[in-house]
Amino acid sequence: MTIILGIESSCDETGVGIVELGADGGLELLADEVASSVEQHVRFGGVVPEVASRAHLEAMVPTMRRAFETAGLGLSDVDAIAVTCGPGLAGALLVGVSAAKAYAMSLGVPLYGANHLAGHVAADTLEHGPLPSPALALLVSGGHSQLLRVDDLAGKITEIGSTIDDAAGEAYDKVARVIGLPYPGGPPIDKAAQRGNPSAIAFPRGLTGPRDAKFDFSFSGLKTAVARWVEARERDGEEVPVDDVAASFQEAVADVLTAKAVRAATEFDIDTLVVSGGVAANSRLKQLAAERCAKAGITLRVPKPRLCTDNGAMIAALGAHLVAAGVEPSSLDLSANPALPVSTISV
Amino acid sequence: MLVLAVDTATPAVTAGVVELVDGSARLLAARVTVDARAHGELLSPHLRDALAAAGRTLAQVDAVVCGVGPGPFTGLRAGMVTAAALGHSLDRPVYPVCSLDAIAADAAADPPGGPLLVVTDARRREVYWAAYAADGSRVAGPSVTPPAEVPVAELGVTRVAGARVFDFGLPAVGPEHPSPLGLVAAADLTAEPGPLTPLYLRRPDAVEPGARKRVSPG
Ligand SMILES: [Zn+2]
Repeated sequence: MTIILGIESSCDETGVGIVELGADGGLELLADEVASSVEQHVRFGGVVPEVASRAHLEAMVPTMRRAFETAGLGLSDVDAIAVTCGPGLAGALLVGVSAAKAYAMSLGVPLYGANHLAGHVAADTLEHGPLPSPALALLVSGGHSQLLRVDDLAGKITEIGSTIDDAAGEAYDKVARVIGLPYPGGPPIDKAAQRGNPSAIAFPRGLTGPRDAKFDFSFSGLKTAVARWVEARERDGEEVPVDDVAASFQEAVADVLTAKAVRAATEFDIDTLVVSGGVAANSRLKQLAAERCAKAGITLRVPKPRLCTDNGAMIAALGAHLVAAGVEPSSLDLSANPALPVSTISV
Repeated sequence: MLVLAVDTATPAVTAGVVELVDGSARLLAARVTVDARAHGELLSPHLRDALAAAGRTLAQVDAVVCGVGPGPFTGLRAGMVTAAALGHSLDRPVYPVCSLDAIAADAAADPPGGPLLVVTDARRREVYWAAYAADGSRVAGPSVTPPAEVPVAELGVTRVAGARVFDFGLPAVGPEHPSPLGLVAAADLTAEPGPLTPLYLRRPDAVEPGARKRVSPG
């Protein structure tokens, strides 16, 4: 039995997770504590790096204490530590990496600098077990929009496509602002969309032309199209149908994301799709992904919302895969890399 | 008593092992690198190497002393979270120290003299500063202002320690960065440690969004 501690601080959540790696390779989640600074970013309409970094410093040790309390374990029970070392906000990553190094040094256990994006994929294995090889992963959140081919969670992940401008979650935040809904925009838009008509307005589907990059995303044009449409109504003195705008915008996002994911799975002959990241909690995305995957004979795996958003459990899970695979630990001069490519699963 | 001293409030990444015997402090080993971008990378290795050079282990450490700024570098948090994590995992107290006080303590050990000004680089053409009486007690600061607004005459300081980033027309004494011995000297290890709170002295740069920008032409 091996106990893996996971530490996450790449954006606005301070996460500490504890996972038990069984002799059979199975994973059991023992603790998943998160301290979020999202409330402090609301009035700025987006994550403010310095505010997030300050919050990480305050939250790190208290979150760690809570996690060990929940797991009913002591620090001396830890066998290995994994920490997000990128990609993410430089100052935010620095707090988690520095803490992880101090814990690893004082506990005398191996340290794994782990990739945040790979962690999002690993989160699914906590709920749905080992991932078949190859698998396809669609990561969508406020910070990322990526299609990944996962041959080996501990060894080989390849980016097939990514956003060329805004992340999907970013587009949600910006559109929410345009139609007067609060930050973060995901949940309120999803709620308004339930009451609206998704085909009321034909918003553009970015990068879906015949000559466009097949697996890349673009949400900037969509965001601007929504703003233009709303402004035109306002100029004419008409009321803005918030629910219809939300539903039509959400439909455009879900349509592009799922169409490209299913197309990639088909072209690469991959039969399992994992959808993770904060936007994976979106009801329409899940529904449309389920419909299209069923039609194409693809197994869809979406972890529960709690595991989709940023947390320490996903990093502990990735750490467990690295330990199980016998990957070489990181050295104590590990440093954060805000632009760590997804192909670098551990450093 | 074995004390680990940590400071990352200035461009220096400082780790030291200090032994206190009958109230007198002795530096057993230190590792210091001046590189404002390397705090996160180097601090833990420096602590490990300093301990090894001192022939001691983390398990023998009785307390941690940590500079809590003021400091402009995002690296300030690297030192503080390292100290906090060590305190947690070793179950030892962590003593916060104003990093300027540590420089002042070092300067006091230089030839003793009159009232002292301590400055460090706050970037953005500002300095962090504090003033100390001849007996070493802090009488003003810590503050952050442009160098020209440090009230040198009013403070009656006759010497300056810390970063050589601005000429205050005073003789420079002491070190540019806090040393392990200065950090330990500035801490009251007989008291309960206070909260480990960083001295940022500045609010985060963040602006609340104004009215929505229009995207339509005209
Ligand atoms: Zn994420």
